[in-house]
Amino acid sequence: MSTQDKVIAIIAEQAVLEPSDVTLDSTLADLGIDSLGVVESIFAIEEEFDISIPFNANEPEKSDFDISNVAAIVAGIDKLVLEKA
Amino acid sequence: MKRVVITGAGTINALGHSVPATLAAMREGRCGIGQLDFRDVERLAIRIGGQVRGFEAEGRFNRQQMSLYDRFTQFTLTAAKEAIEQSGLEFHGELSAKAGVVLGNSGGGMQTLDENYRSVYEDGKNRVHPFVVPKLMNNAAAGHVSMRFNLKGPSFTVSTACASSNHAMAQAFQMVRSGMSPVMITGGSESMLCFGGVKAWEGLRVMSKDACRPFSANRNGMVQGEGAGIFVFEEYEHAKARGAEILCEVIGFAMSSDAADIVMPSKQGAARAISGALQDGRIDASEVGYINAHGTGTAANDKTECAAVADVFGPQADNLMISSTKSMHGHLIGGTGAVELLACIMALRDGVIAPTIGYEEPDPECALDVVPNEAREAKVAVALSNAFAFGGLNAVLALRKI
Repeated sequence: MSTQDKVIAIIAEQAVLEPSDVTLDSTLADLGIDSLGVVESIFAIEEEFDISIPFNANEPEKSDFDISNVAAIVAGIDKLVLEKA
Repeated sequence: MKRVVITGAGTINALGHSVPATLAAMREGRCGIGQLDFRDVERLAIRIGGQVRGFEAEGRFNRQQMSLYDRFTQFTLTAAKEAIEQSGLEFHGELSAKAGVVLGNSGGGMQTLDENYRSVYEDGKNRVHPFVVPKLMNNAAAGHVSMRFNLKGPSFTVSTACASSNHAMAQAFQMVRSGMSPVMITGGSESMLCFGGVKAWEGLRVMSKDACRPFSANRNGMVQGEGAGIFVFEEYEHAKARGAEILCEVIGFAMSSDAADIVMPSKQGAARAISGALQDGRIDASEVGYINAHGTGTAANDKTECAAVADVFGPQADNLMISSTKSMHGHLIGGTGAVELLACIMALRDGVIAPTIGYEEPDPECALDVVPNEAREAKVAVALSNAFAFGGLNAVLALRKI
């Protein structure tokens, strides 16, 4: 599975949707994921990719990790995985 | 002052997953204590307990709820649903704004603590699920009950070890009696039957390896249980006006502190709580037909409790029945007073006195009618429920037949 497929699977599960309902330009808010859901998704992504995501729920917009939509999340993960390797 | 009645009851514990199932088990003198079943149990010296069996959280709760509910919260919500459904109440408008939930609990989300300590210490993981804190906090169950049933009034959790539920119910009683709220949801819950929970208790050397035999001369300690007991405390006129079924009346309570020792019980402290409850409820000692004992099955508690009852009641002590249902469901710690209140309701409403099972040898230091081994039929006007906690913190409730 590609990064994109894995992320979509995680986010779809969190949003209780089918993966086909999640697109690259979906935002987490569009998908009905609230702030606790965002934190839980980030945890699930960290577990899946064995990375540490710099994300502070107090000021998500100032975090180094862009969660503005699914594509941004995928790109951020790829960068973190690359840095780790 | 307002009169306070109970219009709903719910429970889940080792004897059953509902009030009718639990009362049937108490009537039969059935024992819910058995071999513990959880990870690492083979590393424990104490391997028995009153574990809730056949409870599947899956199906009752959705995925998101499951990630937020420790087992003690799951028990609490299950019992609250039964109690509130029985009461027939729905919380909207002004009732919703005033009604709240006060619960007793001692260990909080002990299962969550245990799992996550294991994960970071034993398995060396450096990341925990984001909901560990909202899952393990002692007030999680009260918070979820308020959300689930739309209770927007005063809600909090009381933590006084083995007296938590009695302190919580006494608090809810005061809130309804004073007119502060027409309805309060109250009771308590506990779930510390996990490796770390039982290991901690083991250290104290007060646990029995084979059975809980309160008041019996050969008793050798307490046995832990788990579960929840939840009640609807309602102002009498409010209940009557809507034609609610009334289970019994709550007529008094008292709290006292031994101010003596962190674990050893005090006869004086217990006696002051018992006599205080009689005074608060304007109860003549001769009216009390049944006491649900704290009755832990430890050497110290049972003789101290019997001496306190004898002191308060004098010659009347020979005319009342006192039993410990912990012999059947185990000691639910912060939830114990709530489950035990059911035995008081059964005595008042159904005229059935729950027995002290496992009773084998009379103890001259516990020379009261402890209703050994078999339930008994009797008409009871007033019942008391005792709870005497570590910390020397005591709370006694008084109920009357209605």
